[in-house]
Amino acid sequence: MTRTLITNAILIDPEAGTETRGSLLIEEGRIAAILPGGEAPETTARIIDAGGAHLAPGIVDIGVKVCEPGERHKESFRSAGLAAAAGGVTTMATRPDTLPAIDSPEVLEFSRRRANEAAPVNVLPMAALTKGRAGREMTEIGFLMDAGAVAFTDCDHVVQDTKVFARALTYARGLGALVIAHPQDPCLSAWAAATSGKFASLHGLPAVSPMAERMGLDRDIALLEMTGARYHADQITTARALPALERAKRNGLDITAGTSIHHLTLNELDLAGYRTFFKVKPPLRSEEDRQAIIAALRDGLIDTISSMHTPQDEESKRLPFEEAASGAVALETLLPAALRLYHSGSLDLPTLFRALSLNPARRLGLQSGRLAVGAPADLVLFDAHKPFVLDRANLRSKSKNTPFDGARMQGRVLATYVAGSAVYEAE
Amino acid sequence: MSFDHAHLLGIEPLAPHDITTILDLADQYADLGRSSAKHGTALAGLTQINMFFENSTRTQASFELAGKRLGADVMSMAMQASSIKKGETLIDTAMTLNAMHPDLLVVRHPHSGAVDLLAQKVNCAVLNAGDGRHEHPTQALLDALTIRRAKGRLHRLSIAICGDIAHSRVARSNIILLGKMENRIRLIGPPTLMPAGIAEFGVEVFDDMKKGLEGVDVVMMLRLQRERMDGGFIPSEREYYHRYGLDAEKLAHAAPDAIVMHPGPMNRGVEIDGELADDLRRSVIQQQVEMGVAVRMAAMDLLARGLRARRNTKAVMA
Repeated sequence: MTRTLITNAILIDPEAGTETRGSLLIEEGRIAAILPGGEAPETTARIIDAGGAHLAPGIVDIGVKVCEPGERHKESFRSAGLAAAAGGVTTMATRPDTLPAIDSPEVLEFSRRRANEAAPVNVLPMAALTKGRAGREMTEIGFLMDAGAVAFTDCDHVVQDTKVFARALTYARGLGALVIAHPQDPCLSAWAAATSGKFASLHGLPAVSPMAERMGLDRDIALLEMTGARYHADQITTARALPALERAKRNGLDITAGTSIHHLTLNELDLAGYRTFFKVKPPLRSEEDRQAIIAALRDGLIDTISSMHTPQDEESKRLPFEEAASGAVALETLLPAALRLYHSGSLDLPTLFRALSLNPARRLGLQSGRLAVGAPADLVLFDAHKPFVLDRANLRSKSKNTPFDGARMQGRVLATYVAGSAVYEAE
Repeated sequence: MSFDHAHLLGIEPLAPHDITTILDLADQYADLGRSSAKHGTALAGLTQINMFFENSTRTQASFELAGKRLGADVMSMAMQASSIKKGETLIDTAMTLNAMHPDLLVVRHPHSGAVDLLAQKVNCAVLNAGDGRHEHPTQALLDALTIRRAKGRLHRLSIAICGDIAHSRVARSNIILLGKMENRIRLIGPPTLMPAGIAEFGVEVFDDMKKGLEGVDVVMMLRLQRERMDGGFIPSEREYYHRYGLDAEKLAHAAPDAIVMHPGPMNRGVEIDGELADDLRRSVIQQQVEMGVAVRMAAMDLLARGLRARRNTKAVMA
């Protein structure tokens, strides 16, 4: 029986909202005991001295793009898995916006097989809600669930036809499937590369009003009232969308919402100089929006933080801003970027890990995301204070499109454990 | 006279004294252009390449003439007809041209920021001849020179810019330049053609043209692009002309000696009355074209001086 004792750690428990000094015993890939206090008990287990570092439940990242099938040169399960392990991400819920889209049990099966062979962390595939993500016919939701799909999403494609979307939501409800949508009015946001306002106007960029997000969310909430489906908004990024979300939750709808790490840590002014590595979807918002989203995260109105990891090669980014592809890699920068919110005093660590680990795990119906006896020993051990300057060349992702290149960051992963085994250990 | 910029990518990076430096030199070149000889030697031995990724007749001709008058070897390339169709990226095209060792690169591109991107990849002086909806600095400079010559100053004037502000790089560069020189700016147009966040630009906004023109010294008209006329942004051409077309009656609300400007090409009967455009007492549209050549000569001369100075320093260091 393999037993490991991690001693002398600060245990971050997002369920209890506490940070306590103590030790954690791992047995057979699960958390076997949590022992508060500085003294380690007599044991036959292998002992890892954390040296006062933080130990938290591993990150559960909903919405990671791995470019298999179709664009393996941008990211493979191997490279994404290594990046995840190095970033403290123990579970990736992967997006179906591949080439072709993951919209049939056969493609899903391929994807799962590749993931199991190549990735050192847990990979849970999501499947498309409609065939080809085209918004016309729903996918075989039942078969796809049997094949292991944990959620259904057309990613950044909004199902425009409300009848199609309503039927898909109704059918999904019957199976208890989770639907993840991108709340956005697709007409208003067509061709947009920035958020409308003074900044976008001065730079001559086609822009979308933040109202488009609220309109998309309002529509989806109305359809939820109608269908009673389980729904998660992939990214809420604007202040204007928050009151609608708050009301929907208060009215008892089965709705949760996420946001992306980039919208929490960057704003539209970062687009200055037309830097395409900062082009994401939806576009970066105003500082007021960013602050509102941080507050909503603190209050629990926004449930989850995702990396929205989107690898793009140099060719698709080295273009004029309007023509450049959207998206940024973030598996490895997710935790240090999130720790900016901790270092700035905006969020404490248990709150941060509630959004990074606990809530996404719960929403996907997983046992992980918690520091509790019996839970899988998916853990991240990190030094919250260690400073470093990010060099994109050192990223494990095949694509290096990070907005944090050259940024000063604080907080490094020391080790990542999946089911009790170290999948990453810092040198 | 100092001009410490490697490129002319926009008005935004320029300080008021930079603008004055360009205009002062352009004034001299305007005089040269009216003389019989017309030629200078400021760009002798230098190579100027004009890359236009978007159609242009006037701006391209103006840059070409400016370069030739100062003795540069000038080559113009119509990019939309060549390599882009073969799938070459902007940066590849830039690198290819860079290998030919140009000294001055004049670029127009349909996307905002494309000229900035290109300037990062080449080692010559880049002039922005218009990028998307972003900037068109030489147009704003020639407008400024025209105003300064007509009004005797370039500050404390009340200036109206009318029409499609939202899609106009000319409007952006002018708003920035005229603001830096401390003028009062009024924007006139239907709300659908006003950019978002306009309230933070430090300008006054009018949708009633007569009110907007009240007492102004300068009336700048903008071209309304054909593709905006079909009901998307305005209901029709004739309603637009009725409300925002400049005619003698609307102009009567401006100061009696107000001048009328237009960057061209004009849509007569859409944004401006044809007779008014030709009225030499009010319209300075022909002067604008003339000042265009002078301003481009001045801008390229100043950039070339900087380029030579940097190359000499490099040679000494080596």
